[in-house]
Amino acid sequence: MTHYANAAPGSAPLPFPIATLHVPTMILRTDTQPTAVVRGHDSRPRPVALLGLMATAVAWLALGVMPAAASDLPKLIESLQPKMVKIYGAGGFQGLESYQSGFLISAEGHILTIWSYVLDTSYITVHLDNGTRLKAELVGADPRLEVAVLKVQGQALDHFDLSQAVDAEPGTQVLALSNLYGVATGDESASVQHGVISVKTRLEARRGVFETPYRGPVYVIDAVTNNPGAGGGALVNRRGQLLGMLGKELRNSRDNTWLNYAVPISELEQTVTDIIDGKYVPTELADPRPKAEQPHDLGRLGIVLVPDVLARTPPFIDEVRKGSPADEAGIRPDDLVLFVNDERLIQSCKALKEELSYIDRDDPIKLTVIRGQELLEFTLQPR
Amino acid sequence: MMHPVALSLCMAALLTALLAPPAAAQVPDEVLKAEAQRIEMLKKAGAATVAIFGKGGQGGGSGVCISPDGYVLSNFHVTSASPHLKVGMTDGNLYDAVMVGLDPTGDVALIKLLGRDDFPHAPLGNSDEVRVGDGCYAIGNPFLLATDFQPTVTYGIVSGIHRYQYPAGTLLEYADCIQADAAINPGNSGGPLFNERGEVIGINGRGSFEKRGRVNVGVGYAISINQIKNFMGYLKSGRIVDHATVGAQVATSDDGRVLVTNILESSDAYRRGLRYGDEIESFGGRRIRTTNAFKNVLGIFPKGWRVPLAFRHDGKLYETYVRLDGVHREGELAAMVAGSGRQQRNPRPQPRPGDDPNPRPMPQPEQPKDDGEDKDKELPPGHPPVKASQQKLPEIVDKVYEAREGFANYYFNRINQERIWDKLISHGDFTGLQGVWTVKAEAAGGLESTFELSDSLVVATLPGGKVEMPIDSKNPSLGTNLDPLGSGGLFASLHLWRRFLTGGINNFGNLYYLGTVPVPGQDELYDCLVGVYGGVECHFLFDPELGRLAVLEMFPAGNVDPCELHFLEYQEKDGRMVPARIEVRHGDAVFQVYKVNEITLNKAAE
Repeated sequence: MTHYANAAPGSAPLPFPIATLHVPTMILRTDTQPTAVVRGHDSRPRPVALLGLMATAVAWLALGVMPAAASDLPKLIESLQPKMVKIYGAGGFQGLESYQSGFLISAEGHILTIWSYVLDTSYITVHLDNGTRLKAELVGADPRLEVAVLKVQGQALDHFDLSQAVDAEPGTQVLALSNLYGVATGDESASVQHGVISVKTRLEARRGVFETPYRGPVYVIDAVTNNPGAGGGALVNRRGQLLGMLGKELRNSRDNTWLNYAVPISELEQTVTDIIDGKYVPTELADPRPKAEQPHDLGRLGIVLVPDVLARTPPFIDEVRKGSPADEAGIRPDDLVLFVNDERLIQSCKALKEELSYIDRDDPIKLTVIRGQELLEFTLQPR
Repeated sequence: MMHPVALSLCMAALLTALLAPPAAAQVPDEVLKAEAQRIEMLKKAGAATVAIFGKGGQGGGSGVCISPDGYVLSNFHVTSASPHLKVGMTDGNLYDAVMVGLDPTGDVALIKLLGRDDFPHAPLGNSDEVRVGDGCYAIGNPFLLATDFQPTVTYGIVSGIHRYQYPAGTLLEYADCIQADAAINPGNSGGPLFNERGEVIGINGRGSFEKRGRVNVGVGYAISINQIKNFMGYLKSGRIVDHATVGAQVATSDDGRVLVTNILESSDAYRRGLRYGDEIESFGGRRIRTTNAFKNVLGIFPKGWRVPLAFRHDGKLYETYVRLDGVHREGELAAMVAGSGRQQRNPRPQPRPGDDPNPRPMPQPEQPKDDGEDKDKELPPGHPPVKASQQKLPEIVDKVYEAREGFANYYFNRINQERIWDKLISHGDFTGLQGVWTVKAEAAGGLESTFELSDSLVVATLPGGKVEMPIDSKNPSLGTNLDPLGSGGLFASLHLWRRFLTGGINNFGNLYYLGTVPVPGQDELYDCLVGVYGGVECHFLFDPELGRLAVLEMFPAGNVDPCELHFLEYQEKDGRMVPARIEVRHGDAVFQVYKVNEITLNKAAE
């Protein structure tokens, strides 16, 4: 698409090399300086660069460079909508939405979405684009990539093929499909927004700035795509090819601005394949492994969990006994256990206890926990 | 304070303009042609877009002129109930405008520019043809930037259609609206959403904002223009118009059917056979598969319209027309509008089907509270509404404004009554014919009936015998005698027909112009006058082409089927057009079809 930009009178001399743009931090500011700051590879602030990009986009529109593409857009969108799903789960209180977006990635009903509290329930409901309501199972998730795979009963379902996903350069015109604000239900279709990829960059997830464990590359989009409920939506180019999955709402707590981004499919594909192949499975699914004869237990590790009062009490650590393996490894109260030994996704106190029963007490245990918004790993040495 | 995103977009647009060299040889011709067309279209569209200002620079919003005589559409939450508004156009002039009609539930206001009969105006499109992905332009006055009356243009695509946005209490419901990602900011309220052909497809008025402060988040909602077309006749009546209910609640079942979960026995839908548990097949001509779809249809029709409904009862499909009741009680809406101001402008999202059943509290705002008192989080993206003026109106406005309770501006009601009457009597003037009217008519099967009508008596000579219905003109009570049996009140209806034609609009009783309504089986909308006399309500419907009386509906009480007289054919008699064929209907049945053989109209005895 970039050659169009060069053809456009307004953007012929681009003030920076588009492909080498690198944005180490938030691109939009809200303080007194209302311009975007984009750093080139010489690392000096280049306030004009992003504006130039936007100007390029505006120039395309103004020039009507893609009249053909524009007239085909409704048709293209129509072909994409059957792949989109609306996901309903936990939440619905304290400003937490109980819905998010997702899209089908197999004919048999696998759905790619973001890992979030919405999925933290045994009652996940999915509405297909045609209005069919289905109960969904969590196949697995990788909270480090904030990705989850659901499965609904189905066959011959219209879907995105992850292996056909493509990478995109800054300047690419994109569409974002999602059920933002939960505005659609039943057979109502997902919302579609248009925009341009501003940059492809690494998400600097510094604690206290962006509250996310994901630090990999993202597409930053010039449209407000990451609204409540939009996470798990699809980012496609104007040919309908899948580029990425919309991330969560991400607020820069320093300047109160919001980042609109999608995670490239290439960053997720291997993990998704692993999840579907049985890695990163929730512990509550059937487990064929033999139990350990002399297993670990929480008491020996020095961990006291919060009282197990719900069907699926999140495995928060209430107390760590002084001098215990947990204490020495660095586990602290209020840590939330996510993984045991990397691959077993833990969703409840019960599941954590169950998981320990498979591990011999002579073996070390690796726990992955969330502390605040940070993802930390600890290895507990047996005594 | 302006949001940085908005500002940087503005700057981006500015930069484009600055960087653009005059021409570039390598640009293909069709691209340049498309550009020129777009510029031309936007110039026209912009000229029809107006900036609405409050008194003393307080508040304001946008609007769009839709006719050469200056009718302008905007949002109720922009204009409030102000009789007089100041409106800026791209010609640099600030025009006086007068309030015409209000739809507070649908958040629509109709005002009229004064002083010209050749205002630049925009054509209305067909919002039912809008598709997701279509390009669209929001034009308006965001952040009240248009101090020079030059509007701001933002481009986007249609993100969703047939969206439903819950009302605030009973006001500001956005049903069947168009969702677009064109930037819509405070001040865009009331402004037009154009398609790529420069036709108005909606009126921008709402956005999903929540926690990011009241600026564009790429999710704006426009009231569909087809909904406004349905309401247009009502709005032009100068009234404060109401939305509709069917008196039934519906819910979506797990298998995706929409079922009646509650129904009022007093509703017209009940009388048409709709019962608890029935499945709604289609409504207003649309297939219904979700509760939202049902509410969408309901939201686009005004109170009093008859709308096609198809439902399944015990497996059998029934098709009928239901008469829609109002959302608000008599006077309630007017009272709410009279007190309009801040208290109603606070829409809250409600739980939706499919959501967690627990009500979802609003998230706390995290944005700086920059605009003082105007802290509505969700909506409406307008500045404070124009406050009703206590001041004396300028002469140009005073001439076309008449305050009356329940009306936004009674002047427009009166001139419509007069318009209808003038057209009606062009086919024959019956005033002064106060004597006995004798109508000899032949019913099906050749049996003749004679009706003698006078001020105090109806005498009917029917095949079964002679019947009299005396009318106490001092204390008339027409709703108590619904003879003949099965007609729903034919005698009373004929009496009222004569009363209307002989007395005219000023002597019938309490009479007003309702607006335009559909007649089952007809494509076009009919002008409707409503008169109340003798304890009954009478609807007079006039065909849009000739202006002849086409239908008379007599409602003896609320919650009862009317007696309907359909004047199917006319004939000439002494230079006047008189009915030649009258169909009498009641409920779902045709009571009788009369062929009028002879009609005698006598002057008063003196």
